[in-house]
Amino acid sequence: MTLLRVRNLRVTFDTETGPVEAVRGVSFDLGRERLGIVGESGSGKTMTGRSMLRLIRPPGRIEADEMRFDGIDILAASETQMRALRGPRMAMVMQDPKYSLNPVMRVGAQLMEGLRQRDRVGRVEAHAKAVAALNAVQIRDPERVMEAYPHELSGGMGQRVMIAMMLIPNPDLLIADEPTSALDVTVQAEVLSILDALVRDRGMGLIFISHDLRLVARFCDRVLVMYKGRVVEEVAARDLLKARHPYTQGLLNCLPRIGGNRGPLPGLDRDAEWAR
Amino acid sequence: MALIEIDTLSVTFDAGDRRVRAVQEVSLNVDAKASFGLVGESGSGKSTILRAICGLAPITGGQVRIGGEVVKSPRSKAFSAQVQMVFQDPYASLHPRHTIDRTLSEPLAIHGIGDTDARVMAALSDVGLPTSFRFRYPHQLSGGQRQRVAIARALMLKPQILLLDEPTSALDASVQAEVLNLLARLRDERGLTFLMVSHDLAVIDHMCDRVLVMQHGRAVEELSREALAGARMQTDYARSLFAASADRMLEG
Repeated sequence: MTLLRVRNLRVTFDTETGPVEAVRGVSFDLGRERLGIVGESGSGKTMTGRSMLRLIRPPGRIEADEMRFDGIDILAASETQMRALRGPRMAMVMQDPKYSLNPVMRVGAQLMEGLRQRDRVGRVEAHAKAVAALNAVQIRDPERVMEAYPHELSGGMGQRVMIAMMLIPNPDLLIADEPTSALDVTVQAEVLSILDALVRDRGMGLIFISHDLRLVARFCDRVLVMYKGRVVEEVAARDLLKARHPYTQGLLNCLPRIGGNRGPLPGLDRDAEWAR
Repeated sequence: MALIEIDTLSVTFDAGDRRVRAVQEVSLNVDAKASFGLVGESGSGKSTILRAICGLAPITGGQVRIGGEVVKSPRSKAFSAQVQMVFQDPYASLHPRHTIDRTLSEPLAIHGIGDTDARVMAALSDVGLPTSFRFRYPHQLSGGQRQRVAIARALMLKPQILLLDEPTSALDASVQAEVLNLLARLRDERGLTFLMVSHDLAVIDHMCDRVLVMQHGRAVEELSREALAGARMQTDYARSLFAASADRMLEG
């Protein structure tokens, strides 16, 4: 079943020097699966993710031939309808916990806010649910974290708090923008297995945005490779390491390897032709 | 004699009524012109070791010796001329309202070194930035360009030792490759000694000769590069860290 259908998505920013197109004609379908979007910074992967929730502020604008989530036309939906979608139906984990959590509010209060305001859950129950969510993302000492302010947490903890926050309403679609870039490999593996279990057990759809090709190859089912606002290649994740497109190969080759020869790493050659 | 000697270093913070033992009796030695890596999960104390060396975290036990001499508190000017640090986040480590020129010339002014103009220009070209960037502000640069500026700033006083705290983890793969190549080139040209923190074993393996695995503020295991690449680790934790990085191996 198709959860999300996107045809010819374009995101344009009108600037003083004329329109800048951040996303130029992206099309894809998403079922209850893990879709990876990879590319360098500026390739439009985050803008693609944000468009799904219509979280692009003016002067940016979103255009598409079609953009449907579970049959709902996202482009035609009213702001009230979008509000009802964001959170309970589709959620997004942002990249940087430092800028995405409220710095002057305790973590516990932030976790419980949605439950208290939206779901009208009592304080005790909300607290229990928030602690359970922190446990689900493998936070060892949830009671302490509930009482902490965001600056008292490490990057990895902050990231897990944000994932916990997004998972409390049990969404159908989770857009995760570089959710593990700030984490070290062991925690990264834990967070990925949490996300993996959610896709499998709850039948959630996942859009996983990352610049780490190896991670995406291991974790996702399907991968879109983006370059300058366009999808240059779509491959099954298991075939990513054998990708054909020179840009994808370039991204793979510039990574250091354990046991490599330690010579200078190859740079990435870019061809203007790819962006057409 | 090793250039950097860390002898049973402990760092303890008092947070209200709780004592946080960030680093507990960690010892390591780094020879001149060698590169040493620290790996471990977040909160394992690896960055705190670097911060303790340059005086940003208190040394509550043990000793840090640079070139055989115990470091003084507060750190002297001679210390900063010898040891410099590059931070993880190039967005947070450069002053947002200072131009690149001001960032790079400040260490020279503090140390009373003249010839600022030529040195700033040379520093920019050393890290592969066009000299036209000199009067820009950090927000006008990309992440990779900012990290180059941070490296240029660290090198202004011609230090022997660079402490690198996750210097590429905020960067894209292609930009990471450029910055790692830059660091390797500068190390060879200037005979620098690196003490580098990263959570990416592939980056550590690429840059370092020896690596110390840390967990919960303690040293778990020290490995040579050969032992790391050959997966000859003794402890379970080091092995699990290695297993989690299996996709960073040469093949696959």
